[in-house]
Amino acid sequence: MNQLQVLVKIIPQLLSDGLALGFVYAIVALGYTMVYGILEFINFAHSELFMFGAFVGTEVLLLLKSAGILADMSPTVALLLSMLVAMIFSGALGVTVDRVAYRPVRSAPKLVPFISAIGVSFILQDLVRMVEEAKNGKFYLNAPTLFTNRITLAPNMVVPEKTLYIVGLCLLMMVALTLFVSKNKWGKAMRAVAQDRETARLMGINVDKVIALTFLIGAALGGAAGTLFSVQYGSISPYSGFVLGMKAFTAAVFGGIGKIPGAMLGGILLGLIEVFGASFLGALTGGVFGSEYKDVLAFAILILILIFKPSGLLGKPVGEKV
Amino acid sequence: MAQHPLRPGPAAFDGKTFAVKDWIVLGLMAVVILAAPLWLMADKGNSVAFIAFLASLLCVYRLRVPAWLRLLLAVVDLAVVMPLVGASSGTFAHVATVICMYGVLALGLNIVVGFTGLLNLGYAAFYAVGAYTYAIFASTQARNFMPFGVYPLSGNWFWLFLLLAMLVSGFVGFLLGLPVLRLKGDYLAVVTLGFAEIIRLLFNNLSKPVNITNGPMGITPIQPPMIFSLRLDKPVHYYVIVLALLLLTFVVVRNLQNSRIGRAWVAIREDELVARTMGVPVVRMKLLAFSIAAGLAGMMGVVFAAMQSYVDPTSFTFMESIVILCMVILGGTGSMTGVIIGALAVIVLQLQILKDASSYLTSLTTAGILNLPSWLNPAKYERLIFGLILVLMCIFRPNGLIPEKRVLQIKEKLGLKPKADAGGNAASKEG
Repeated sequence: MNQLQVLVKIIPQLLSDGLALGFVYAIVALGYTMVYGILEFINFAHSELFMFGAFVGTEVLLLLKSAGILADMSPTVALLLSMLVAMIFSGALGVTVDRVAYRPVRSAPKLVPFISAIGVSFILQDLVRMVEEAKNGKFYLNAPTLFTNRITLAPNMVVPEKTLYIVGLCLLMMVALTLFVSKNKWGKAMRAVAQDRETARLMGINVDKVIALTFLIGAALGGAAGTLFSVQYGSISPYSGFVLGMKAFTAAVFGGIGKIPGAMLGGILLGLIEVFGASFLGALTGGVFGSEYKDVLAFAILILILIFKPSGLLGKPVGEKV
Repeated sequence: MAQHPLRPGPAAFDGKTFAVKDWIVLGLMAVVILAAPLWLMADKGNSVAFIAFLASLLCVYRLRVPAWLRLLLAVVDLAVVMPLVGASSGTFAHVATVICMYGVLALGLNIVVGFTGLLNLGYAAFYAVGAYTYAIFASTQARNFMPFGVYPLSGNWFWLFLLLAMLVSGFVGFLLGLPVLRLKGDYLAVVTLGFAEIIRLLFNNLSKPVNITNGPMGITPIQPPMIFSLRLDKPVHYYVIVLALLLLTFVVVRNLQNSRIGRAWVAIREDELVARTMGVPVVRMKLLAFSIAAGLAGMMGVVFAAMQSYVDPTSFTFMESIVILCMVILGGTGSMTGVIIGALAVIVLQLQILKDASSYLTSLTTAGILNLPSWLNPAKYERLIFGLILVLMCIFRPNGLIPEKRVLQIKEKLGLKPKADAGGNAASKEG
């Protein structure tokens, strides 16, 4: 049981790691859930918008570094600047993807847009790789270190500064999104379209514009999460979107897809489960299953939720429309 | 308008006159059909001739002559010309083998996606199960955990393993299908995807506590198939084996399609609720489709493992499932000849055109004619091309290059002209 005692000691550390990962999942999951809420369509390419945002954000940081400004400016400003640029680029890409690949097939049978989204995801992966290889000769990027300080929150809890920034910024985005959706006129239109697209159209809502707005917001959030991810973990490759996207989707389903608070809750819980699972799996199974099974754990959770509670934690079961 | 010579039909030259243009096309096709095999026979290493030969097979399929004549031409091409060429050029035999292998896989996935209308994004998992079933027992790997028996098993077991892997994979498909088949549409797709990732990660990590799969290092060498003491390890041997399996699969699936079961599948695809109301045992039929498809993939996995003599988890990624899905969608979901042609098109693109183009460009670079940076190497852009295929097909031809006949017939009856014919025989141009 010695191993377990060691693990208990690192619980605060795991908690902070889990929260950082969980908030990133939550922000990416928001993109899946918002689009699903309105179109009942899994935007498979959302993970690529995340990846694209990560590349744009990292490139901005590297640009600042090569211009020699990064060392002089406050890391907070650098992070916010790169995040903002990433959000603009990702958001624009999200709207473009919707216009080019999804809108033409919107009335087609349900699987057609999904397959189109898989295609978009592959195209984006290779395009990003092409640009990166042409520019740097390698397809992955290493982010410059922004924050080096570690902050003592409690006697047993020393947290890297960047984790605090990530959690704080993610919370900020969540609050902003919640306020937007509940108070703003456009947010109201989004809720109306999600409830009933045809009736919303009859009430004079420009449905195509609302859908484009949804893609814009979802993709911008994805881009922001991408930048935060790359700052937290230090490197990004064109293929790192796929697994993270799958997990974020798991989080969205976990919380109840289509529900914005559900995505947030699901993301945070999944991040904690994954980090704790990775550390405890080995100790609990006597070393048979180590941390290499953490992805198996996440996918198994996805399958179990879909089988036993497809409506998720906060969702309500929906009857079949005839 | 006169009946077009390029579209297959029940009768040939049935008194209706062709336009001059049609005669010219017919003549050109006849020339291709006769000349391309001869060219390939004369110059057995020429890859342009090989592609022309494959194109001539498509011409045979599209030619409006009696069915027996088309069959004869196809048999001569596939069973005489190709093995002769394959015996002297291993590369072409290999490409032809891979086409046939993916033909079987596409036929299998087509049962699930095309007939039954369930999207399975984890098809490569069943392929992996089949491949590992043979690989573990036909190499020294099984010594690590099997208490009895002498390993590797000899290649004579290959034939039994074709069946055994089919059963094992089919059973895995059944087990997966049991809980997940009540999920709808894209939820099902995501679950199958997650399941495939789990299988791949398991194969990647099951090297401890007992070394079953040898982890990321993979398993090698694997025994090639044998008949008594004759080792069948040449590319052309595999070609003959896989061609036979493809024909067998085609006949079996065609019979299934035209049976009660096949009609039940299509009914589920068109409207599950109505199908259930009409008394179709929906769950049982879905399970059957899932298991048969999984079984076919398992069978091909055995061939794959034997042919490569090496398996590792990287061969069974999500990309692999997508490539097979691409074949089905490109060829025409639900159309059996369509998906085989889809497999042909995708594999020729992957193994022949992209590779040839990149080696040609490399040779230009070494000759100093053209300075091509390595990032522009066309072989690196498989994903891009498959992505483009998926998106463009979804937007412009969601029914595929060769749409399912049943759909065409229904559309004809409803007085809807099939889209393919509306734009001046668009189908024949793309076939």
